[in-house]
Amino acid sequence: MTIVREPMWDDAPRSRTQALSRHLLQFLSTLGWTARILVSSFAAFPSVLLRRSGRVDFAAQLYVVGIRTLPVITVVSLFIGMILALQVGLELRRFNQEIYLGAAVMLTLLREMGPFACGISLAACVGSAIAAEIGTMKVNDEIAALEIMSISPIRYLAAPRLLALLVMSPILAFYCSVIGTLGGGIVGSTQLNVFFQQYISSALSIAETKDLFVGLLKAGVFGVLIGTVSIAEGFGTNLGATGVGRATQRSVIVNFLLILMFGYMITRVFYR
Amino acid sequence: MSSLIEFRDVVKKFNGVPVLNGVTFSVEKGEVLCVVGPSGTGKSVTLKHLVRLLTPTSGSVIVDGVDISSCGDDELVKIRDRIGYLFQGGALLAWMTVAENVALPLEECTRLSDREIAVRVRHALRAVELTAAADKYPAEISGGMQKRAGLARAVVRESDIVLYDEPTSGLDPVTSITINRLIRKLNRELGITSIVVTHDMQGALDIADRILLLKGGKAVECSTPAEFTQSTNPDVREFLAAMKGETL
Repeated sequence: MTIVREPMWDDAPRSRTQALSRHLLQFLSTLGWTARILVSSFAAFPSVLLRRSGRVDFAAQLYVVGIRTLPVITVVSLFIGMILALQVGLELRRFNQEIYLGAAVMLTLLREMGPFACGISLAACVGSAIAAEIGTMKVNDEIAALEIMSISPIRYLAAPRLLALLVMSPILAFYCSVIGTLGGGIVGSTQLNVFFQQYISSALSIAETKDLFVGLLKAGVFGVLIGTVSIAEGFGTNLGATGVGRATQRSVIVNFLLILMFGYMITRVFYR
Repeated sequence: MSSLIEFRDVVKKFNGVPVLNGVTFSVEKGEVLCVVGPSGTGKSVTLKHLVRLLTPTSGSVIVDGVDISSCGDDELVKIRDRIGYLFQGGALLAWMTVAENVALPLEECTRLSDREIAVRVRHALRAVELTAAADKYPAEISGGMQKRAGLARAVVRESDIVLYDEPTSGLDPVTSITINRLIRKLNRELGITSIVVTHDMQGALDIADRILLLKGGKAVECSTPAEFTQSTNPDVREFLAAMKGETL
């Protein structure tokens, strides 16, 4: 598929109605184009893994997504776990039910907050960087240069990034849940008089395989969304440095909104 | 000589405004055509039509008998494989060294061995006098060196057509002469058909077989350098006078 696109219309709109309808058609076209980027990138995964240069790029992206974001994700998930434990623990204490603190924190993190914390961290740290990097390449003619050299920007740039996000997101979401649970345990034992061992036993007793897998599925979906939106925003960049800024901003906003919407929809499907 | 590239009555509009307004010209095989003209007359737009980065609003662009504006993707890839393109800024990938940038089209699009690729990269870098900068990153070298690296990448696949978008803009006179000589040398030694978009009138007179003047979205003159400088066409006279004024 061609990445360097021309405007859909060569002429200026003749009326407000025509301008509005063109905006609508442009929006639908961009949606379809983004979906094509997603499908083409998935189709290019085997090529990434079979080529030596593809494997090198993929490994580099795994490092960017998985290792370089660890400090941020660790802090975010630790504090989410601590806040959760404090809020829930104070309410449970009113009913002398602090023993269930571990279960409440663990369930919330596994099902919802672990994937969510991972998703927003990746959207902010990785998605924005992808949109800015690819957007800068677009305005510097590097994407056009790749296309002229018959090197598919989808295979060369999009697929390794998307695959890395797909692989690392569930792993990072699980890591978030673990760190968050530990953070909750620290608050429980230091401020709510819940023994750490009791907290962990309560947490492990409630966790079900389904909760873990739904959480991992959510994280995988978030990873794909973040990758697709950020790559599409990058590829769609024009108007120089201003365009790169706009694309980066839009990718973060759209990713945050999609993470919330898809998070709700997946929860709705699995927990009725 | 036969026409390798033909522009037939090409019109290109942006937001209703025609940038190219019925451009017709042809380029013969093995020829160096320099495209000159005031800024904003569609010189780079013309070049982008040849690799389908842009498609005409009407008219057609023919490369070796194939209408590139309407051909299928497979045919487009075959045509693009024959074309090298030097962008204004070089368009080098920032995370790769100069040598890796030059090797990129060979690694990704050919089945050459690592040794063969290394030999061809070394040869291309020697041709543009960049051997010493092979292991540097684009950010570590000057704009002129970036352009020369872009040129090495454009020719490393041994393309038979090379398109140059302002190859000497922003460069010092010595580097400009080096690049112009290189374009001519590649044309003479390898028979590369070249289209050079340039503001460097002296360079165009030195290297071109023919010079095309674009004005107001139209091709107003296409002639040999000798005919161009002697032309009585008022647009050519005006342009040459303006260029002389610029150099004074």
